[in-house]
Amino acid sequence: MPSLPAVSKTHEFDVIVVGAGGAGLRAAIEASREGARTAIICKSLLGKAHTVMAEGGAAAALRNTDPRDTWKVHFRDTIRGSKYLSQWPMAMLHAQEAPERIRELERWGAVFDRTKDGWINQRNFGGHQYPRLAHVGDRTGLELIRTLQDKGVHSGIEVFMEVTVTKLFTKDGTVTGCLAYERETGKFHLFKAKSVVVATGGFGKAWKYNSNSWEYTGDGHTLAYEAGAELMDMEFFQFHPTGMVWPPSVRGTLVTEGVRGEGGILRNSEGKRFMYDYIPEMFQGDFAETEEEVQRWLDGDKDARRPPELLTRDVVARAIRSEVKAGRGTEHGGVYLDISWRDAEYVKKKLPSMYHQFKELANVDITKVPMEVGPTAHYAMGGIRVDHESQESTTVRGLYACGECAAGLHGANRLGGNSLTDLLVFGKRAGEHAARRALETKEHPEIPAEEVQAAIDAAVAPLERESGENPFKVHEELEELMQDNAGMIREAEDLKKALEGLAAFAERVRNIKVGGNIQYNPGWHEALDIHNLLVCAEATARAALEREESRGGHTRADFPQSDAEYWQHHNIVLKKGADGRMEVRRVPLTPWSDEVNRIMEASAEELSGDTHAEVHPL
Amino acid sequence: MKRTLTIFRGTKENGRYEDYEVEQQEGMVVLDAIHRIQAEQATDLACRWNCKAGKCGSCSAEINGKAKLTCMTRMDTLPDGPIRVGPVKTFPLQKDLVTDVSWNYRVKKRITPFTPKTYTPEEAKKGEFNMKQEDIDRVQEFRKCIECFLCQNVCHVLRDFPENKEVFDGPRYMIRLAELEMHPKDDADRIPYVKETSGVGHCNITRCCTEVCPENIVITDNGIIPLKERMSDRYYDPLRMIWRKLTGKS
Repeated sequence: MPSLPAVSKTHEFDVIVVGAGGAGLRAAIEASREGARTAIICKSLLGKAHTVMAEGGAAAALRNTDPRDTWKVHFRDTIRGSKYLSQWPMAMLHAQEAPERIRELERWGAVFDRTKDGWINQRNFGGHQYPRLAHVGDRTGLELIRTLQDKGVHSGIEVFMEVTVTKLFTKDGTVTGCLAYERETGKFHLFKAKSVVVATGGFGKAWKYNSNSWEYTGDGHTLAYEAGAELMDMEFFQFHPTGMVWPPSVRGTLVTEGVRGEGGILRNSEGKRFMYDYIPEMFQGDFAETEEEVQRWLDGDKDARRPPELLTRDVVARAIRSEVKAGRGTEHGGVYLDISWRDAEYVKKKLPSMYHQFKELANVDITKVPMEVGPTAHYAMGGIRVDHESQESTTVRGLYACGECAAGLHGANRLGGNSLTDLLVFGKRAGEHAARRALETKEHPEIPAEEVQAAIDAAVAPLERESGENPFKVHEELEELMQDNAGMIREAEDLKKALEGLAAFAERVRNIKVGGNIQYNPGWHEALDIHNLLVCAEATARAALEREESRGGHTRADFPQSDAEYWQHHNIVLKKGADGRMEVRRVPLTPWSDEVNRIMEASAEELSGDTHAEVHPL
Repeated sequence: MKRTLTIFRGTKENGRYEDYEVEQQEGMVVLDAIHRIQAEQATDLACRWNCKAGKCGSCSAEINGKAKLTCMTRMDTLPDGPIRVGPVKTFPLQKDLVTDVSWNYRVKKRITPFTPKTYTPEEAKKGEFNMKQEDIDRVQEFRKCIECFLCQNVCHVLRDFPENKEVFDGPRYMIRLAELEMHPKDDADRIPYVKETSGVGHCNITRCCTEVCPENIVITDNGIIPLKERMSDRYYDPLRMIWRKLTGKS
C-alpha cells in the first residue's frame, strides 16, 4: 500500500497568477514590473493557452483606418453590444486604455498587419462602428500570446508548466495561497502567496458543441466561488454564430468573424441573404439595406452603412438558428458563409488559417465554395465579480481576476475583438494591483496543515476509490444535459430539468473512479475538472432561470422580449451560502454618469468631431 | 468502419505498442480516435492537445513513422490497415505520447528578445512603428510558428545525435533568430550568437524541417540560409577579413 500523498514542495511568492493565456501573462508581466516576486501556474505548456484560438483581432480605437473613431465610439459600441449590462466604468477604462496596450505590444515585438501608410491596420468586425481590430491575418491570438510569452520569460517570472491548481486557501476572507499538482509526476505543491490572480478563461466544455479546448472547465470561476468570491452575469454565454458543422469530428471548431469582416455573406439553403431580415430595433438605420450599399461599403465608401452580417454575435447566432429551424438550413444543419466571391489570393492572405482549416479538415476550398457554419459555445461573459479599477474580487481580499474568467466588461454580449484588449487592459490592472497589495503585505500567512491535507485527499479520491463511474462518460452526459436544457434558447421547464440533472451529477462526480496511477493521467485530471464545470453549469442554469427576459447571450423562449424597465438595470450575482448552497441575488447597475449619458446620446459627428485635432495626418 | 490504432503505451523503461479498435467516422482525425480510446478504453492514455485546429502545436506525434499534428491528420488520408502512433523521438519520453520538450524553452530563453529601436519623430507622435507591409511579410511568415517542435523532431542533427542539443539550437530557433534579425525595428545584433552559440553551421540544408512544418514556413530557404549568409558576410567576407587583419578592428 503506497503512503498517502503529501506536499512535496512548498513555495513562497508575492503574486501567483493562475493561467498563462493573454490575461495571465499580461498580469504576471505587470506584477513583476512592479517588483513583486511572481509565478505563473498553468495547466498546459507555455504558449498553448486558448488565446491562440483568437483569430480576428484586438479592438482598439487607434484611428489608423478611420479617423472618425475615438474611444468614445468604442465605449458606446461596447455598451450597446452588451445590451446595456456592461459595467460602464470598466467599458470606459477598456476603451481608453486599449490603444496604448496595443502599441505597447508592438514595442514588445508583435508584428501587426500594416495600412498602406505603414501603421497598424484595422479591420471591420461585428458591432464595431468603424474598422477597429488590430490583426495579423486570422492568427491574432497567436501573435498576442507569443509576444507576451517572449516578454514574460525575460521578465523574471517563474513558470510552472503543466501544473494544475485544485484549491485556493483563505483566512478571514483573505487569500493565502493555493494547492496544485504536477501533471507529469502527480506531486503536490503548496504555494503561499500574498495575492493570487485568477486568469483561467472560460467554461465552454459544459456544452456539447463548443470551440474550446480541454482546459476550458471553469477552474478559476470555481476556485474563486469556493473561496467565497461572487460570480456575476453567469446566464450570459456567447454562442459564436459561426462554428464548423461538418464533418462531425470538427463540429464547433471556430470560424473567425474576420470572414464576415472581410465581406463574407450569410445565405440560407434558398440562396437568400437573410441577415437583412434580422436587424433589431436598436440597430435599425445603422446597417446597409441593399446589396448595392454593401458593395459601396466594401469599396471603402465612408457614407455607406455596414453589411448586416456584422451585427453583434448574439443577433447573428439567433438568426442562423431561426433559419435552420425554419427548414432553410444546409444539409448538415448550418447555413452558408461565402467569401469565395473575393479574390482567392486576398482570401489566402487575410484568412490563411481558415483556408487551411477547411481544406485540411473538411475538404472544402473556401476560395471556391461557401462554408457551412452554425452556432458554437464560445465565450463566458459571466465570471468573477471584481472591483472595476483593481480587478480585486468584491468579497475575497487579495484575490484578483482578469480575462474571460472575470465578469463586467461584456455584460450580456461580448463584441468580437474586445476580449483581446480586455485581457491586456485588465490583465495589466490586475497584475499591478495584485503586486501593490502584495508588497504592502509583510508576511506570508500560515496555511494550516490539516486544510492542505484535506485538499490533497479530496484531489486523489478518484484514484483511491474501489469502483465508480468513468469520468469521460460523466462529462459527455453533462455536456448533453446542458446542450439540451441550457443552450442558446432556454425555457423555465428545461432549466429546472437542467438543475435537477446537475444535482444528480454532483452525486455522480463524487463517485468517479479512475484507473492507472497518478502520473500524467488524463482520466484523473478530467475527474477534477468536471467538478469545476458542474459549479459553472449550475450557476448558468440558476441565473438563466432567474432572468425572465431575453437579452444578448441569454434567450428565453418563454420570455422572448427584453425588459427595459427592470432587467436592463440589474445584474445577477451568485455566491456560495453558509449552508453550501448557491445563493442568487439581483444587483442594480451603477447609474450612468452625465458623461456616459452624453456619449450614448451623441451623434456620430459629435463623438468624432471633437477629437479631429488629435488625428495624426497620415 | 472499424480501424485499429497501434499506440505506444508506457515509459522509457517499460513501454510497448498496444492495439485499440475504434469506429472511424467521416472526417475523423487521429486525435479524435485517441480521445475515443481515452474515453472508452484507456482513461490514463496520456497525450497533449489544446485547440484541435492546428493552431497551438501541442499534439505532435509520429503517425506511421511521420511527424505530424494528430489534430490535423485525417484518418481517411492514411493507407488502410492499422495506424501506428508513437511519441516524437527527439525528446525524452515522459509517458505514452508525451515527451519532455523543456529543452526548447531553455534555448528560446537564451536568445536576446526583441529590442525596439527608438521611434522616429513621426513614430513618436503616433506611438507606433511605421513599417511597410512588404518589409514585414517575411517576419510574419516566421511568426506563424506554433511551436509544435516537429521541425526540431525531424532535424537529423538533433534526432540522430542527442548530444548536439548542446551545440545546435535547431530549426525552430533558427527562424526565431531570423525573425528577429529581419525585423525592421529591432535594434539588437544576434549575428555573434548565430555564429558562436546557435550552431547554424550544423545545418546542412536537407530541408527535413521545411517538409514537416504544419504552417508551411519555408524554414530552410527563407530563414536558415539567409542567416548563414548574414553570418558569413560578417565573418568570412574576404575584404572584411583583410580589413580586420590590417586594422585589428572588427
